[in-house]
Amino acid sequence: MSAAPAHSRPGGDPHNLGHGDVPISERGPAPKRIVVAYGFWIFLLSDFILFSGFFAAYAVLAKETAGGPAGRDIFDLPLVAWETAFLLLSSFACGMAAIATTAKSVRWFQVSMAVTALFGAAFLACELYEFVHLIGEGNGPSRSAFLSAFFALVGCHGLHVTLGMLWLTTMMAQVWAKGFRDDIVRRIACFALFWHALDIIWVALFTVVYLLGSAA
Amino acid sequence: MFGKLSWQSIPWEEPIPLVAASVVLLIGAGVLAWVWRRGYVPYLWREWITSVDHKRIGIMYCIFAMVMLLRGFSDALLMRSQQAMAMGNEGYLPPDHYDQVFTAHGVIMIFFVAMPFMIGLMNFAVPLQLGVRDVAFPTLNNVSFWLTASGALLINISLVVGEFAKTGWVVYPPLSEIRFSPGVGVDYYLWALQISGVGTLLSGVNLVTTILKMRAPGMGYTRMPMFCWTTLATNLLIVAAFPILTATLAMLTLDRYLGFHFFTNELGGNAMMFVNLIWAWGHPEVYILVLPAFGVFSEVVSTFSGKPLFGYRSMIVATMVICLLSFMVWLHHFFTMGAGADVNGFFGVATMIIAVPTGVKVFNWIFTMYGGRIRFTTPMLYSVGFMCSFVIGGMTGVLLAVPPADFVLHNSLFLVAHFHNIVIPAVLFGAFAGYQYWFPKAFGFTLDEKWGKRGFWCWITGFYLAFMPLYILGLQGMTRRLQHYDVPEWQMYLWVAGIGALFIAAGIACQIIQLFVSIRNREALKDTTGDPWDGRSLEWVTTSPPPAFNFAVLPNVQGEEAYWSVKAEAKEKGELSKRPKYEAFEMPRNSPTGIVTAFFSTAIGFALIWHIWWLAIVGFFGAWATFVVFAWRDETEYEVSAEEARRLDDERRRAKAAMVGLPQDQIA
Repeated sequence: MSAAPAHSRPGGDPHNLGHGDVPISERGPAPKRIVVAYGFWIFLLSDFILFSGFFAAYAVLAKETAGGPAGRDIFDLPLVAWETAFLLLSSFACGMAAIATTAKSVRWFQVSMAVTALFGAAFLACELYEFVHLIGEGNGPSRSAFLSAFFALVGCHGLHVTLGMLWLTTMMAQVWAKGFRDDIVRRIACFALFWHALDIIWVALFTVVYLLGSAA
Repeated sequence: MFGKLSWQSIPWEEPIPLVAASVVLLIGAGVLAWVWRRGYVPYLWREWITSVDHKRIGIMYCIFAMVMLLRGFSDALLMRSQQAMAMGNEGYLPPDHYDQVFTAHGVIMIFFVAMPFMIGLMNFAVPLQLGVRDVAFPTLNNVSFWLTASGALLINISLVVGEFAKTGWVVYPPLSEIRFSPGVGVDYYLWALQISGVGTLLSGVNLVTTILKMRAPGMGYTRMPMFCWTTLATNLLIVAAFPILTATLAMLTLDRYLGFHFFTNELGGNAMMFVNLIWAWGHPEVYILVLPAFGVFSEVVSTFSGKPLFGYRSMIVATMVICLLSFMVWLHHFFTMGAGADVNGFFGVATMIIAVPTGVKVFNWIFTMYGGRIRFTTPMLYSVGFMCSFVIGGMTGVLLAVPPADFVLHNSLFLVAHFHNIVIPAVLFGAFAGYQYWFPKAFGFTLDEKWGKRGFWCWITGFYLAFMPLYILGLQGMTRRLQHYDVPEWQMYLWVAGIGALFIAAGIACQIIQLFVSIRNREALKDTTGDPWDGRSLEWVTTSPPPAFNFAVLPNVQGEEAYWSVKAEAKEKGELSKRPKYEAFEMPRNSPTGIVTAFFSTAIGFALIWHIWWLAIVGFFGAWATFVVFAWRDETEYEVSAEEARRLDDERRRAKAAMVGLPQDQIA
């Protein structure tokens, strides 16, 4: 009878992928690092389902232009290419921040996170420009069901990026004030998962909304 | 400055909501004054409001659900009395008010009674059954609870400030669009559900993680008690279904606030898309409510029959099959949409298939009872009452799953009778059974059996009287949500239904009396053993009530029915299991994060309902600041020493030794 989880064993299988005398499901509570990341993954899956709701609505309403413009009339693919580049570079920088965390380098962490934020802001600026431009031309979300679904889906992603920026700056402040404490490292891991997950959503969004929309 | 809010927002000329609200306010103020005078405030703050202990949070959920049950039930009484009277006349509730009452009844009963009751029981029992010290994210658990409470507070505010939705509990557009519902009623609905929905989603994430990643050593998946399995299925459904609700309600919000056209009649909007989306959440929601109840019945039937659960593994399979199928039947809520024979046929068949795993469960419970030494305690009565009544509800469900029959019965009282026939005997009786069953574990004394049984008989009699006539009325063509009618033949049935509601009122009264009588006699009803029902799973290993950390040392599970085997061995060998080695461990500190966040989210919700934009922004930054303050804490845990663990475990071992009739020197 022991409270300590028997999770690490010597040998060439550091993660104990189901090997050993005791089945993995019977080894007691997982360490906190695993529990936190696992829980955050579950949350991210639920977030994906939230997006899938907006994707479904967009798929249903994409042809409902009500006499207004369709996707190919309004999408500016070069701008979207820039957005994609900014977001992916931002994710790369976020990956560097994770490496800096492992290396316990506060300076490189802060630099990488700042770069992440910068590219994130550039992405948001492009999106804001697109939205303002569309609304200025009378093609706002109230114009047609298609545009409602478009603004909601893309805007929902943008809102996630915005909240991610708030989280990102909070994490920078926290590392600056407290250093790489265990719980803070776990939070950084969750933030990185969140930021990369937004890329996955963007890839789907880029394909379904912009590429298919421009082709049709 | 105050958006749409003005002095006229309070319905001065309508006496019923005003009187109801003043009564609620008076009772609330009275309770607060009493708590204040007795000096309980610091205790409540320290030990309950800010508690991150899963047991306390679970208990708060259950208390909250019971209080909201009174509110939801008073709406039911209003409706039953209105319909009993309103034959050929207007009755006493104007249509405008009646529509709010039936909407509020549905919303409150589903979101603020059934949901929190089930989440409360899961929170309380699951970590104990898994043999661990808390859920995966204890502070988040507290936040979830207070967000749920925040949503309920908004709904209760709508009683006096403004109005509630008049659209029915699933707010179908275009009726719920700004053009046809220009008031704040639908906005109250939207923000209350968004806020409490976040709370529900977070509890789902929390419990899934707890069950999949935090189990005592040896507690493999096929050794978990059935309630843990149904909890897992339920919370997977929460994680998979609630985001759809969030997205759907967000779309309706955009329509109403920013002139979007998701569901409007104009510019390509599609109202049927809302109906599809809301039921893509709504049907799994039915199983979110009923699966934990199935779990409770499994525990209760097995315990009080003195036998292991029959067909444990088939029960797991049935649970997971229901979990999966629940996502494939949503269209049966609107066969009349006109999707065509093929689509309707598919969903009709899929719906009927759900009867198979459900049937497996019913037979498993019956076979568990077969040949057992059955003790008819109150929770067992609720379980047997459930089995008998639920089968009727299931049959009428299969009937409604036949599309041509549904075309006739759609939106009739037959449907109302059907889903109440599921929700009351299954969900509510499950909640009551769980409440009676785990009450001694929570408080250290059992509930009074005499008043418990009286409550059960009133409830089940009331249920049959109130809802069987509605089946007949539905077949006679009475549609739901009628404020008045002019068919004299209906009135007699509606009178019977009204009398049924009074029986249910008597049942609730018995339950309240039961609670008072039990508290008064708590010395006589004391549970000294920690195992008042001769239980089989790990929650009965520890004392009643358990220490904050549940187990001094995590149990080492050797097979199914973890506690039963240990108990049997102790009796056989005449000695307790060997004393374990005690070690110090850490427990999470309490935190006011939950209630402060809920304060700000209530402010955000209220501000958005009344278009007080500055307050919404203040509320948002307040909530964010709360999280930052929480994240900045340096001391997040406190240590329980090995001596403390040993001292409390000694008490437990003494109690267990006395229970199995061993001499006291045994424990040394």
